Amino acid sequence: MLAWIVLLPLLGFAFSILLGKRLPKQLLGFIASAVVLGSFILSINVFNSVGANPTGITEKLFTFLSIDKFDVSFTLFADRITAVMLLVITGVGFLIHLYSISYMSSDEGFYKFFAYMNLFVFNMLILVLGSNLLVLFFGWEGVGLCSYLLIGFWYQNASFGKAARKAFIMNRIGDLGLLLAIFLCAIHVGSFEFTEIAEAAQSGLLPEHMITTICFLLFVGAMGKSAQIPLYTWLPDAMAGPTPVSALIHAATMVTAGVYLIVRNQAMFMLSSGVNDFILIIGLVTSLVAAVIALKQNDIKKVLAYSTVSQLGFMFIALGVGAYSAAMFHLVTHAFFKALLFLGAGSIIHAMGDEQDMRKMGGLRKVMPITFITFLIGTLAITGFPFLSGFFSKDEILFSAFLNNKLIWGMAVISAALTGFYMFRLLFVVFFGEFRGTKEQESHLHESPLLMTLPLMILAVLSVFGGLLNLPEYLGSAAGKLHHWIAPNLPISKNPVHVSHSTEFMLLGVAIAIFIIAFVFQYRKYVSKAVIPESDEDMGKPATILANKLYVDEAYDKLFVEPTESLGDASSWFDRNVIGLIPKSIKGWNSALARLMARIQNGNIEYYLVYMTIAVFLILFLSALTIKLWN
Amino acid sequence: MSLLESTFHIFEHVGISNYLFLSVLLFSIGLVGVLYRRNAIVLLMCIELMLNAVNLMFVSFSSYMGDSNGQLFVFFIMVVAAAEAAVGLAILVSIYRNTRSTDVSFLDNLKG
Repeated sequence: MLAWIVLLPLLGFAFSILLGKRLPKQLLGFIASAVVLGSFILSINVFNSVGANPTGITEKLFTFLSIDKFDVSFTLFADRITAVMLLVITGVGFLIHLYSISYMSSDEGFYKFFAYMNLFVFNMLILVLGSNLLVLFFGWEGVGLCSYLLIGFWYQNASFGKAARKAFIMNRIGDLGLLLAIFLCAIHVGSFEFTEIAEAAQSGLLPEHMITTICFLLFVGAMGKSAQIPLYTWLPDAMAGPTPVSALIHAATMVTAGVYLIVRNQAMFMLSSGVNDFILIIGLVTSLVAAVIALKQNDIKKVLAYSTVSQLGFMFIALGVGAYSAAMFHLVTHAFFKALLFLGAGSIIHAMGDEQDMRKMGGLRKVMPITFITFLIGTLAITGFPFLSGFFSKDEILFSAFLNNKLIWGMAVISAALTGFYMFRLLFVVFFGEFRGTKEQESHLHESPLLMTLPLMILAVLSVFGGLLNLPEYLGSAAGKLHHWIAPNLPISKNPVHVSHSTEFMLLGVAIAIFIIAFVFQYRKYVSKAVIPESDEDMGKPATILANKLYVDEAYDKLFVEPTESLGDASSWFDRNVIGLIPKSIKGWNSALARLMARIQNGNIEYYLVYMTIAVFLILFLSALTIKLWN
Repeated sequence: MSLLESTFHIFEHVGISNYLFLSVLLFSIGLVGVLYRRNAIVLLMCIELMLNAVNLMFVSFSSYMGDSNGQLFVFFIMVVAAAEAAVGLAILVSIYRNTRSTDVSFLDNLKG
């Protein structure tokens, strides 16, 4: 069963890439979506069976290699953590595929798009289904490749191609950490299996400093994939890809792989020392910095991209304080509302004729009612409107942070408030006020077709009710469902901390208060006063710095890219002028010799006959001489 | 003793060294001819001369050693020489048709 979950998208990929060009677009799109739907149905099946049996399902497909006692098999494994990921990947993935049929309908590379999307789903499923680090790594690299292919999908545009390369190279830096962690596991544990690594860590076979090293390296891998400081700059640039790609890969699934990796290796992280605090700090700083940058972005997708980085930071805060189920919960709800927001943005961009600048939009709520309502729901969910999914999941993270450290909590609250500020700014600027685009764009404005709005509506429903998965304790018996459900699959359980309900309600009050402040503040600014974000020239100094993303890209260019390029130039010079001399001079001698020898071959038979005669005499003379000398 | 037998008898009395001198002489004439003459027909004739010098050496040694292998070789060489002459002359005819000459010193198109 697990094998089929993985194989269906792979078959879809093979089908699309081989036959896709000749098929009608709609048909191809529906087939590509159907294979993901098939995986989704099988995933529900897996979900039910691991629900009944928490130890999980294992399916060994074949052996990678077997050296003495070191066995690496290609084994698929699903427990409850995997099941949650499976449902998110295939469920949200299916909706996004469906949406893409309409969104990409006028694109020439339609078949290629769906082939890559299916390939991505395949690799992502391998990543979460792998029972050992090597299978996970296979999927990990595979999603990186698909991400590269899809960011650079419109490769005719040179800057998009650059963005794709940037994403790939940034990810490689993180991957190096993961790879080193895998090597260390091979040396010190003698196995790649997650269960065996966890056992080795718990039994003390693995010394603590080694656990810490491995955890740190794993987190470096997670930093790259999940766009955490300092490796986050690729994610905003990744918005060069088609919007459904941003929704699926760069919001809902791939970027959460880092969170999954850490949850999967929970035992080691719990036993490591210092790494968790490091994760906490990185997550906190990332969520704050990204949220601050998002405040002044004017590209609708860039705002959402920084919002994704910020929300991923939230998940890492949860991981850092050991609230693994809270991280998973936020991962799921974030997949719902962020996919919804991206698809909504795609719907807007579609209606605006590929315009992404918010300053040229405005007043869209009248022409695009469905997009507006679903986008509103997504915004309310992410900003923590009471009783929507994001409210519960973010609240749980804030709650865990509060138990850990009040200062951390305070900073996380600021970050959560910033979420409200940039999201409401986006919402009000795009949907309220007067339309600010060109006349041509205005005449072209339309609500998207049903194939695009249907996924929006489904995701909106999920964003509203996603919170039911894991209700907080104060809401009674259904509380913490997801938390208790995945608890058996986290090797080391933490003792639950009970706090008084008054503390909880105080925290709730703060969460609701920051929501209201953000809403009212932005409503007054962008709706009542109808402020339009200033053009690039009119910005004040701080705003310019923020709009230019704190100049991090420029700093990286100066610090890493340019030195590397100079090193490359120097190496190239050395290669051409120093190392190149050796083959060049060998070539020179040879051609000189050849020119000399060529004179002998003058084409005249008489000369040849003389040469032959001389040669024969020489040979006879030499052989006679040798024979004489030998005897 | 018949005339034929007595004729063979004479050959036996001629020493092996005489045969070898003759053979070397013939070979040298052939070699010098190959090196000095330019007419392709003469070249071919000289090559034949050299081959036959070798043949003579083969048979004389064969007779001297009482070993018939040498005579066997001679037959092979004669066959090969005949084939070679046929091919060589055919090439010569076609060269003549193209250049109206049998002088080999003009055939220097295949320069290095």
